[in-house]
Amino acid sequence: MMKKKIFIRDLLEVSETDLRLKLLAGETGIDKEIPEAEINRPGLSLTGFFDFFAFDRIQIFGKGETAYLKNFSDQKLTEIFDKFFSYNILCCIFTHSDHPSRLFLDYANKKGVPILFTDHPTTRFVSMLTHLIYQAHAPTTTIHGTLVDVFGIGVLLLGKSGVGKSETALELVERGHRLVADDLVEIKKNDDLLIMGSGSNLIRHHIEIRGLGILNIRDIYGIRSVRNRKRIELIASLEDWDETKTYDRLGIDERTYSILEVEVPHIIVPVRPGRNIPVIVETAALNLRLKKMGVNSAKELDQKLQDWMKTGNV
Amino acid sequence: MCEKEVTVTSDAGVHARPAMMLVKEAMKFPCEIFLVKDDTEANGKSIMSVLALAITPGTKLVIRAEGEREEEAVDRIVGLIASDFQQ
Repeated sequence: MMKKKIFIRDLLEVSETDLRLKLLAGETGIDKEIPEAEINRPGLSLTGFFDFFAFDRIQIFGKGETAYLKNFSDQKLTEIFDKFFSYNILCCIFTHSDHPSRLFLDYANKKGVPILFTDHPTTRFVSMLTHLIYQAHAPTTTIHGTLVDVFGIGVLLLGKSGVGKSETALELVERGHRLVADDLVEIKKNDDLLIMGSGSNLIRHHIEIRGLGILNIRDIYGIRSVRNRKRIELIASLEDWDETKTYDRLGIDERTYSILEVEVPHIIVPVRPGRNIPVIVETAALNLRLKKMGVNSAKELDQKLQDWMKTGNV
Repeated sequence: MCEKEVTVTSDAGVHARPAMMLVKEAMKFPCEIFLVKDDTEANGKSIMSVLALAITPGTKLVIRAEGEREEEAVDRIVGLIASDFQQ
């Protein structure tokens, strides 16, 4: 498990979310790391109240802060900025395309505090920024397995090399389901209960089938057979049938598998000739959907049986 | 567990054919074999997994094996990479 680092320079380079940030001053500080997704509105500090001043967060100057600073003479501003920049400020961002005064920029250049501006309005910008930092800080891991979207349920197939994960995925694709990643699945924890899986950019939507070699599923089956990422909701471990092992026969107890500390429903599917694994995986996905809607086949049958034993009729 | 570091020196890095040789060698051993590049870990017995690492010339790899004949497996894989896949 690892946590990625994000630096101020990354905010300037981001294109997908497009924060539309431009650098005004303090270039020497753009290699500073952003430690947390929290931001600070420095209004209170500018008025002279520095208790609990969260200087190590990104400082957002909205319309209010910018307008406030326009009220003062250079002499008073020097006083304010002397105090403000005496802290080790991480970075300041001005919204609404506002620019700070020359004096402010001089202080920033001297102290190496990056000053950026964006044309986004404040609230919208803050929500984009925090989302971006949270995403960058999300714990990730890679796992050896195959991820398929089966009836809208992200099923992660696990098991040793050669147990038939890729073959199962191929059959599932043939039956109209979608391949997300084969062999190497990159997993990201988006919040406490949710893990997303995707393939590595380089080998995306390719699959290796013994005897055929490397296939591009998207080219063979078309765009409807693939997707780029999917939430993992079910884990199916394929393993060679072991005579000495007891497999789940009831499905009343729910077992889970932990990935990045998220507990995901887990089934163990013993493999042996004659067992149609793709159909079992499909049924497991449907059964999970049913359970999510509050229907548990095994529990219901058991209840029916117990009622019958009590009363003599169903 | 047994692990060793090796630097990839072959001119073209680990493209399809060298990856196949590597996987073929790994398949001869019963233990689990992993290739670690930076923070990413690939299964040494899976060709897609090895390809996804995009191992360029000069890359430092850690070869790790767990299980039966692990030391022999690591030595063979390291040897193969060190010989620029000429073995």
